[in-house]
Amino acid sequence: MGVQIAFWLFAILVAGTALYAAVAPKIVHAAFSLMATFFGVAGIYAILGSDFLAVTQVLVYVGGIMVLIVFGVLLTDRVPEEYKVVAPRRWLPALIAGGLCFAAIAGALKSTVWPISSSTPLGDATSTVEGIGRSLLTDYLIPFEFASILLLVVLVGAARLARGQVR
Amino acid sequence: MPQDTLNQDFATILVFLVFGALFVIANMVLVGRLIRSKTKYTEGKSTVYECGEPTFGSAFVRFDIRFYVLAVVFAIFDVEVVFLFPWAAVMKSLGPVAWLEAAAFVGVLGVGLAYIWRKGDIDWIPAHGHTRQAGKTLPGELTTVPTDGVPAATIPAIATPAVAEAR
Amino acid sequence: MLPQVTTAHYIVLSALLFAIGLFGVVTRKNVVVILMGLELMLNAANLAFVAFSRHHGNLQGQVFTFFVIAVAAAEAAVALSILMALFRLKGSVTLDDATELKG
Repeated sequence: MGVQIAFWLFAILVAGTALYAAVAPKIVHAAFSLMATFFGVAGIYAILGSDFLAVTQVLVYVGGIMVLIVFGVLLTDRVPEEYKVVAPRRWLPALIAGGLCFAAIAGALKSTVWPISSSTPLGDATSTVEGIGRSLLTDYLIPFEFASILLLVVLVGAARLARGQVR
Repeated sequence: MPQDTLNQDFATILVFLVFGALFVIANMVLVGRLIRSKTKYTEGKSTVYECGEPTFGSAFVRFDIRFYVLAVVFAIFDVEVVFLFPWAAVMKSLGPVAWLEAAAFVGVLGVGLAYIWRKGDIDWIPAHGHTRQAGKTLPGELTTVPTDGVPAATIPAIATPAVAEAR
Repeated sequence: MLPQVTTAHYIVLSALLFAIGLFGVVTRKNVVVILMGLELMLNAANLAFVAFSRHHGNLQGQVFTFFVIAVAAAEAAVALSILMALFRLKGSVTLDDATELKG
């Protein structure tokens, strides 16, 4: 019972704040609404038993990406009277695109026969951190090392782009 | 589909979150109504400080882009830390190989840190004392800082980026 | 009594999140908000990955989500840096001001 209540709580939180982030007239409001969405998704991960990803979501999305987005808003936003960000003409195509997308996934879901997994359930008693760590350092070693190269390139490139002139 | 079980630790966090939110709301809405003074709303009550410095201008002033570069650096190393958590969990059981793999990971990002350091992006105190002058934009700064009619000279002198002509 | 939460519930939530993100990307003009819509769509995909990882009882989906999160952070950093460059060039970050290459 607790799981159901938690799921619906977080599902409503995620859907509501995501919707507000997509339509909020003020960009700052959209940004903070998005932060609540990220928290909600972390909650869903926790319900799904992936404790490590829930913590990662909070650390990286709420702690890192949200900071970047808020900085982006504060550095580039215009003075409040110029808040005209929603293009009314695009509402219809957007609704159609979003609706079709949702309908396609929901339709596929309905016609799918769900295979019942025979494997042992995850994360019931123990944490998933060890499993993920083992995968990262053995099977996924190459992606793991490439991630650091990606981060290096991003660090240099983003700093260079943001700085704006050659030093 | 394995039966979902809400992880005990996360259930505790959820209970704390719910009760924390309830505590704040109850105090602000119910208890506050009983305790707070019944004086009427005046113009002065909406100011930031009811005493002290009068504020001027809008709070939507853009700030120095150097803060954004710092935010990028933070976000990247945030991701690095998240990558090291699963490594730390299995480090002992995987032995020295895991240690080497993580050393390679951190080493690559160390190059990025060296670059950022070398270029002066994380210098807080400028190499040569150099303060903002009226009407003069500095390298690395957005050129369209709105001052809302306040002459630039009244903006307090801010320490500016370590300009790297010297480098 | 609420019905049992199944994998399908999570996938529907993920689809909803993706549709909302797509809606935001198409309707908004400010590049920062478009980036937020993209992050929503990435989160939707991640949610589906984790739900299926749970469904199948193995960790591969979670490892993949982990990499997606790392790449999303990198993407946000670069995108916002490009935004700063665009802002420096144009003085605004709405898409209508960046149409130089339009045919």
